[in-house]
Amino acid sequence: MASVISVQSLSKTYRGGFKALDEVNLEVEEGEILALLGPNGAGKTTLISIVCGTVSPTSGSVTVAGHDIISGYRHTRSTIGLVAQELALDIFETVWNTVKFSRGLFGKAPDDAVLERVLKDLSLWDRRESKIMALSGGMKRRVEIAKALVHEPRVLFLDEPTAGVDVELRKDMWDLVRRLRDGGVTIILTTHYIEEAEEMADRIGVIDRGKLILIEEKTELLRKLGKKQLFLQLNAPLDTLPASVGREGLALSEDGRTLVFDYDTKAEHTGITRLLADVREAGIAFSDLETRQSSLEDIFVGLVGDNR
Amino acid sequence: MNHRAILAIYTHEMARTIRTWIQSVLAPVISTSLYFIVFGAAIGTRIEEIEGIDYGAFIVPGLVMMTLLMLSVTNAAIGIYFPKFTGTIREYLSAPVSPLEMVLGFVGAAATKSIVIGIIILITARFFVPYEVQHPVWMFAFLVLTAVTFSMFGFILGIWADGFEQLNLVPMLLITPLAFLGGSFYSISTLPPFWQTVSLFNPVVYLISGFRWAFYGISDVNVGVSLGAVALFLLACLGIITWIFTTGWRIKP
Repeated sequence: MASVISVQSLSKTYRGGFKALDEVNLEVEEGEILALLGPNGAGKTTLISIVCGTVSPTSGSVTVAGHDIISGYRHTRSTIGLVAQELALDIFETVWNTVKFSRGLFGKAPDDAVLERVLKDLSLWDRRESKIMALSGGMKRRVEIAKALVHEPRVLFLDEPTAGVDVELRKDMWDLVRRLRDGGVTIILTTHYIEEAEEMADRIGVIDRGKLILIEEKTELLRKLGKKQLFLQLNAPLDTLPASVGREGLALSEDGRTLVFDYDTKAEHTGITRLLADVREAGIAFSDLETRQSSLEDIFVGLVGDNR
Repeated sequence: MNHRAILAIYTHEMARTIRTWIQSVLAPVISTSLYFIVFGAAIGTRIEEIEGIDYGAFIVPGLVMMTLLMLSVTNAAIGIYFPKFTGTIREYLSAPVSPLEMVLGFVGAAATKSIVIGIIILITARFFVPYEVQHPVWMFAFLVLTAVTFSMFGFILGIWADGFEQLNLVPMLLITPLAFLGGSFYSISTLPPFWQTVSLFNPVVYLISGFRWAFYGISDVNVGVSLGAVALFLLACLGIITWIFTTGWRIKP
């Protein structure tokens, strides 16, 4: 698939000397949802801000839809919609005037039908004449999204879109993001919520201390780094593992009450049947059986931990 | 040229004025009218003519120019400072808008407001003191040039300012004294020679002198010099604004 955004050796050092990005290379494919994960201060927002034009890069280059973000800023910025992390709205304006202004600022001809569609999509239509200051926090967040969509961007950046947002709005937002992707919009989102990335993204990138330490298809990432574990709750605690049961991937918990078995779900033989047969043969009784898939969160914590 | 963006910024800024018309329009009109009542109609009748012109009429160009300067600077400064303060400047910076287009939108709106208020004040003044305009085209040209130039200066001030205090400081400590000492209420020729020379370093002297010439055909300095001084200041402001956007000074980390 063709890249819609290409980031080459991008670095950013702020005036105070803080290095926020260090030689980042990234290709974003047309039509995908890419989630960027990383702890606070990792450089996610700096990366987005440089691509959108609100922060100047120190070195490196970025192209969007084939145009350089500096020499071809008119092309790149018209292509991009940005929903930033912090709310910034003119609170004295009405919802309608706010979105109308954004469309004009991005050089698009006035089109009330587009504004109406976007406002309806975001459940803001009934509040179009309200002043921003009269809206709740969640509604203001919707206005921010509407502003980013009224110029019909091909690429949408969502920087922590669901931070401090209630469950209903989060679900609405996820639906909207899926609809936009179905309509061909490329979406790059940063998030702290790993379940959000797990639920939404096609690919996942992990940024830590200004470096892109990993970028991978979500399913591939889960398969490669994710493991499945079988837990057997024993009726009576064991001191040691009997030799007839012991094998690779099997461990006894510290209190001796649980057997934990790591296995590969994709392997031809997971070894579960054999293990259960051996357990019975050794006369070990168990009261419960449970399996768990390692989540993106486990993977993320592991990766960022390794990078420290 | 992204003319739709210029129009969007311009309309948005004008809407802000209309929304706050009491503060934006009525307040300067009332305060200037008070000057005309006190200095023109009341005290003015006891002051003798200056260069053959009734004192009340003599101060009209200076007062209009003084208000124009103050309004242009504060309007443009608040216009750009407000988005910086609320964070909405982010949208301007991420939009396909060139620095020139941003300046045209913000400065255009600020200058329009000042010109409109300047004209309203001129009309109001007619109720208190009789005056004439010998060169209406030049009068209007000076009005526009001054409004645009000082709106640009205000734009720079708004970008520079870190807080509302700084925003008020420059108009209070710089523009007001320069306007008062720039010959709004007197002719420079009435000063002792030393102070006449000092006055020539005050850019506002050239503005008021040129503007007054457009009214009555009399001036402290040559009209050509006046025009040249305004043009020079305009170019300087333009240069600073270009530098700001090239370097991202105070607007882009």
